[in-house]
Amino acid sequence: MNAENATRPIRLILVDDEESFVNVLTKRLTRRGVEVTPVLSGAEALRLMRKYEYDVMVLDLKMEEMSGLDVLKTVRIVAPETPVIMLTGHGSEQAAREGVTLGASDYLLKPCDLDVLFHKITKAACKARATQ
Amino acid sequence: MTTPSLSSTLSKKISLLIIFVSLTPLIVVGGVFAHLFHTAYRGKTIAHLEELVSKHRDIVDSHLAERLASIKTLMDACPLEDLRRNDFLKELLYTLHTQYGRVFVDIGLVNDAGSLEAYAGPFQLGNAQYAKAEWFKKAMENDHFISDMFMGIRNQPHFIVAASREWGGRRYILRATVDFEAFTRLVENIRIGETGHAFIVNRAGDFQTQPRSDFSQCKELLLELMRESLPADHAVGPTLVFTEGHSCETNADAVYVLATLKQGDWVMIYEQIAADAFRDLYQARLIVLSVLALGSLGIIVTAILLTRRVVAYIAKLDADKEKMNEQVVHASKMASLGEMAAGIAHEINNPVAVMVEEAGWIQDILEDAPEGEPGDVQEIQRAVNQIRTQGNRCKDITQKLLSFARKTEPERCALDVNSLILETVELVASKARYANVHIETRLSPLPPHIQASVTEMQQILLNLINNSLDAMEETGGKLSIASRTLDSVVEIEIRDTGPGIPESVLPKIFDPFFTTKPVGRGTGLGLAVCYGLIKNMNGDITVNSAVGQGAEFRIRIPRTPESAVSSFSLNQPKGGTR
Repeated sequence: MNAENATRPIRLILVDDEESFVNVLTKRLTRRGVEVTPVLSGAEALRLMRKYEYDVMVLDLKMEEMSGLDVLKTVRIVAPETPVIMLTGHGSEQAAREGVTLGASDYLLKPCDLDVLFHKITKAACKARATQ
Repeated sequence: MTTPSLSSTLSKKISLLIIFVSLTPLIVVGGVFAHLFHTAYRGKTIAHLEELVSKHRDIVDSHLAERLASIKTLMDACPLEDLRRNDFLKELLYTLHTQYGRVFVDIGLVNDAGSLEAYAGPFQLGNAQYAKAEWFKKAMENDHFISDMFMGIRNQPHFIVAASREWGGRRYILRATVDFEAFTRLVENIRIGETGHAFIVNRAGDFQTQPRSDFSQCKELLLELMRESLPADHAVGPTLVFTEGHSCETNADAVYVLATLKQGDWVMIYEQIAADAFRDLYQARLIVLSVLALGSLGIIVTAILLTRRVVAYIAKLDADKEKMNEQVVHASKMASLGEMAAGIAHEINNPVAVMVEEAGWIQDILEDAPEGEPGDVQEIQRAVNQIRTQGNRCKDITQKLLSFARKTEPERCALDVNSLILETVELVASKARYANVHIETRLSPLPPHIQASVTEMQQILLNLINNSLDAMEETGGKLSIASRTLDSVVEIEIRDTGPGIPESVLPKIFDPFFTTKPVGRGTGLGLAVCYGLIKNMNGDITVNSAVGQGAEFRIRIPRTPESAVSSFSLNQPKGGTR
């Protein structure tokens, strides 16, 4: 673990097709010092993943075009080290658990407490950096 | 569904049919046999009576003929001088008694002047004069003569057997009296049953034998009987007639056999009460009628009880089936509700999450702002607006859900199929979006109205659309829903581009509990319920599918003509149209 890594803000990619949600969450996490890249579709997220490196991914489960689980499967191949936190509506909790078995590091139900989300993001980021 | 009045008409119909079918042959066979038996037995009885009477008539007739013959023989054989002697006559009487029994009471010789010349017998007649007696005149005219019964000078009933002959230009008559009692005994032998008896009358209705009881009141009746049944001409020869009448003795129906004797002068009448004569027949008839009545009663009671029980059982089965159907419909509704709840929870959680975050954002801004200052007013304003917008989204969704849940009354009303389709499509829009299914609607330009329950129709559409969406979940695709107005039906077509239904499965898809979905995903009731509901509306559902070619469900429901759509339908709730 080097000093630069320890002080550098967490780079987070936030994938959700709900634009209002993405906007406000970006603002709140940015205020807490997270470097957020908001993305509205799975395809866009995967495109960015190939170009840049992110510490953590927060991924919505139900999205148009490409579902969260499909994105997750691809991420596991493209960037196997990046921890993914699944975010989902209550109705598909079962699918969220499925996500964990597919390699997601954690899952959260919408609406979630920002503190809990933030805690999970930092925990996952630290863990990821520690293994690098 | 079997209503009480319907089941009672049904039971009445079945009972009547059973009763009719069982009783008709019974009555026909019973009637035919009763008639045949009656005819045969009556014929036999009558023949028996006629034979009996005929035999006795012959006996009486020959008895008379013999008496006459013996007197004639005596008259021919004995010389006049002897016959004029009382002691000779006494000897003759004695001989006759030893030969025939005490049939002849006395014997006497009468000359052509009507005076009794010689006599042998128990009476002291002296020099009796018979010149004016009817029998004397008749006997003078004929060779021989048998008189009717009369009292005569001895004042006892008797009749005379006489034979005449000429001696030296004068006519003499040998007469003998026949004992009334002895003659009566001849016919008294005819006794059958309790009431059968016979007697002899002359054509004037006077008794020639002693009848069993007092018939003095019945002369008119006897005369009428003879007038009606015997030929008027005496000389026709022996006649035997069977007839029916009314016994004047007991005032009951009676049978009569009339037989002429003594060249038609006398009539032997046999009388028997009909009930007695045909006793066996009547008894048999009574037994047959009793058996018939009891049998009919048994059939009727059994038919009614049995039918009632069967109909009650059918009604119970119907009720059970109805209950079962209700349960199936309910279970299916619960299942589709559950499925919808999961989808809708997700729908609601998204805006709620936005609201929570926006509220948190406001809090963040307020925390950053120095004490007493409002901070970034524009940003707070935006966040509050966002919360309002998202809140309204939630409200819309809950209202949609409620509009589905509340419409539980199965009341049928004129329903616009187009608006129902749009409403339902909106309910499943999010599910379709996530399954990458594009929903396309092609609605009839004529508003297609049907008589149906909103809930039921919504359930049918939801079930079919959900099935299609589930089928295309993996691949995505296109779901097209079309409505058409045909002459008498409204047609709804739901077509998907999914994997299609294998041919082996097709015949079973409407069976309850048949499902191709993995355990825990489908109840197997959806299509069965659709089928039941549509059939209840007198509609029809057909499927057209093959593997790889998608599935096409087509519903046809009788159309309500525009003229019949009342203004009531305008007030009908239109929860989903926006």
